[in-house]
Amino acid sequence: MLKINDLHASIEGKKILKGINLEVKAGEIHAIMGPNGSGKSTLASVLAGREDYEVEQGSIEFTGKDLLELAPEERAGEGVFLAFQYPVEIPGVTTINFLKTATNEIRKYRGEEPLDAVQFLKRMKEKTSLVNISQDLLKRSLNEGFSGGEKKRNEVFQMAMLEPKLAILDETDSGLDIDALRIVAEGVNQLKSSENATIVVTHYQRLLEYIVPDFVHVLFDGRIVKSGTKDLALELEAKGYDWIKEEVAAAQ
Amino acid sequence: MSTIDKLNLKSTLLEQFKTFENTLNGKSQKPIHKIRQQAIQSFDGLGFPTTKHEEWKYTNLGKVLKEAYAFGQTSPLQKADIEQFFLPNMPKANNIVFVNGVYQPALSQIVSSEDVLVVKNLEEAYDTHTALVEPHFAQLANSEEEALIALNTAFVQDGVFIHVPANKVVEEPTVLYFINDARNENVGVQPRSLIVIEKGAQATFVDKTDTIGGQASFSNAVMEVVVEPNARMTHYKVQNDQPNASYVGTTQVKQASDSYYANTTISLNGGVIRNNLNIALDGSNVESNMFGLYMLTGNTHVDNHSVADHLKPHSLSNELYKGVLDGKSTGVFNGKIFVRQDAQKTNAYQQNRNILLSDNSSINTKPQLEIWADDVKCSHGATTGNLDEEALFYLRSRGIATNEARALLIHAFGNEIVDKIELEPLRIYLENLVMERLEVQF
Ligand SMILES: Nc1ncnc2c1ncn2[C@@H]1O[C@H](COP(=O)(O)OP(=O)(O)OP(=O)(O)O)[C@@H](O)[C@H]1O
Ligand SMILES: [Mg+2]
Repeated sequence: MLKINDLHASIEGKKILKGINLEVKAGEIHAIMGPNGSGKSTLASVLAGREDYEVEQGSIEFTGKDLLELAPEERAGEGVFLAFQYPVEIPGVTTINFLKTATNEIRKYRGEEPLDAVQFLKRMKEKTSLVNISQDLLKRSLNEGFSGGEKKRNEVFQMAMLEPKLAILDETDSGLDIDALRIVAEGVNQLKSSENATIVVTHYQRLLEYIVPDFVHVLFDGRIVKSGTKDLALELEAKGYDWIKEEVAAAQ
Repeated sequence: MSTIDKLNLKSTLLEQFKTFENTLNGKSQKPIHKIRQQAIQSFDGLGFPTTKHEEWKYTNLGKVLKEAYAFGQTSPLQKADIEQFFLPNMPKANNIVFVNGVYQPALSQIVSSEDVLVVKNLEEAYDTHTALVEPHFAQLANSEEEALIALNTAFVQDGVFIHVPANKVVEEPTVLYFINDARNENVGVQPRSLIVIEKGAQATFVDKTDTIGGQASFSNAVMEVVVEPNARMTHYKVQNDQPNASYVGTTQVKQASDSYYANTTISLNGGVIRNNLNIALDGSNVESNMFGLYMLTGNTHVDNHSVADHLKPHSLSNELYKGVLDGKSTGVFNGKIFVRQDAQKTNAYQQNRNILLSDNSSINTKPQLEIWADDVKCSHGATTGNLDEEALFYLRSRGIATNEARALLIHAFGNEIVDKIELEPLRIYLENLVMERLEVQF
């Protein structure tokens, strides 16, 4: 589904990604871990199409298409979804209106008829109960004055509404209490199918008890330096990143 | 009467005043004419403001006044010609129509009963309702310092006097339509109105200026508003005129204790527009709201000058003006808050926020606070920026194309003001105009 090949990217002249290789197949869950500043959010942003980053080298193929050729909105149309690490607040745009527009824009991209108000509300009701988000929150301005946890939950709700093929969750678990974490994880698991895939970026093994990954990758200094199964996450939790850094240093 | 000489507008107007005086005959002995005479002297002394004038630094009237305008032109416009400018979905409204600055009772329609709403020719009311007119007319709006107020006052004749007696509630909105007939030539118009809302009374007003025909218009409007103790007035101003329609308007408001006045000014189209909104909070427990939205394109210039003058303790003024500027449009915001020594426990808030959509658009914003009392809460702020790139990316990443995403953000920005409009048909009308401007439907 997703093939990243030797991806190099920089921002404002600063090299951040230095040769990422990653393949994600339909039905898989990949976890990406790594120390602060290693480039995890950068990778997520490049996948979503943020224009501030300059891709200097490499390719990204998504369901057979050259992802780098597509605008962010086209990527969303193709089924890419990024749950932001820091969701922005947009005063004056309610989550409901925003999602209605987003849903129908994506449907338009796919050549589908727009959902009418009744169909949209039905789907909304279904998904709100899935992620246990309050209707009141959705009537408010998008993320404005939301608590950290509410913002994250709103990201998962949007994911549930838009049903992406590839969901990238950038530290969606950070700042969540254990109940919220369970709800978020349940949301992800219920949406899981043999047709779609998920990349979870996280610092905590805790999440991976609920969302069991097929692969765990360690991103360090712009490269994936180690890949393994969920046991690697346990090892990282126990030992930290120093041993990885030493391994990398020794190899150079 | 005559077309203003391009080169010497001021002396032509002074000449025109003499001609006007000669037509008055016996009426020239009336007290209202003393006021006119003083006003024309002030105008003579002051002359038109230039950009050297501190308050006119960023609004160049010279550019507007170099055109020739015929002042005092009568017009054959009929109801059928002007109905196109009427606000939709307001079947039960008091429509007060001016044509070329002259109040037209025959084209107006008052649906409220006469014990609730009194509408009269201003000069006649000076005789018949002296106790209500004399203390206020030309007393609130200062001819001594403001050349354009002086000019309007000098030629005052067929203005309108609107009166809501004590404790009456006017259920229907009252809409003042200022129609300018520029079908044959450039016109200069000077509408004048005085609104007195007596103790405990309530009313809602809209004013809207429109030009018919392809020639240019120049409006010099003055409205004086008195809001007596415990009275409420909500006032909307709609500016959506043609690109060669220029406008200078002063709304001079005086509020007594426990009164409420709210002004919302929406500017979408026009030439050079200058709005002066001056409120004297002359009582305690007064509430004044000043809201504005200007969404501009082309070469439109909108200058909003406001004054909230806190004279007595325990009052609140709240001001929020928002602007979206595209094309080569330009904007000015100048908001003054005065808190006089007596005005302890004043709350005064002021905000001006702008989004510039193009490289050629610009805004000059200047908040000005002068505080002589010590126990007050005041805040002010001004921001100018581009559309929030982070927000734009967020929306695009959810599948919303750039144009739609931009429209969604601009709409949300402007809607904070439109949303405050309590008069529903007007709010819907303006929402639609804003949508049209953004060229999308949500
Ligand atoms: N606009 C920018 N200008 C300069 N450097 C930037 C910019 N944005 C990000 N960076 C740098 O890029 C590097 C990678 O950042 P990124 O956000 O991808 O890290 P991360 O792995 O997601 O970290 P965290 O775990 O803290 O979320 C950091 O050193 C960061 O300071
Ligand atoms: Mg990050």
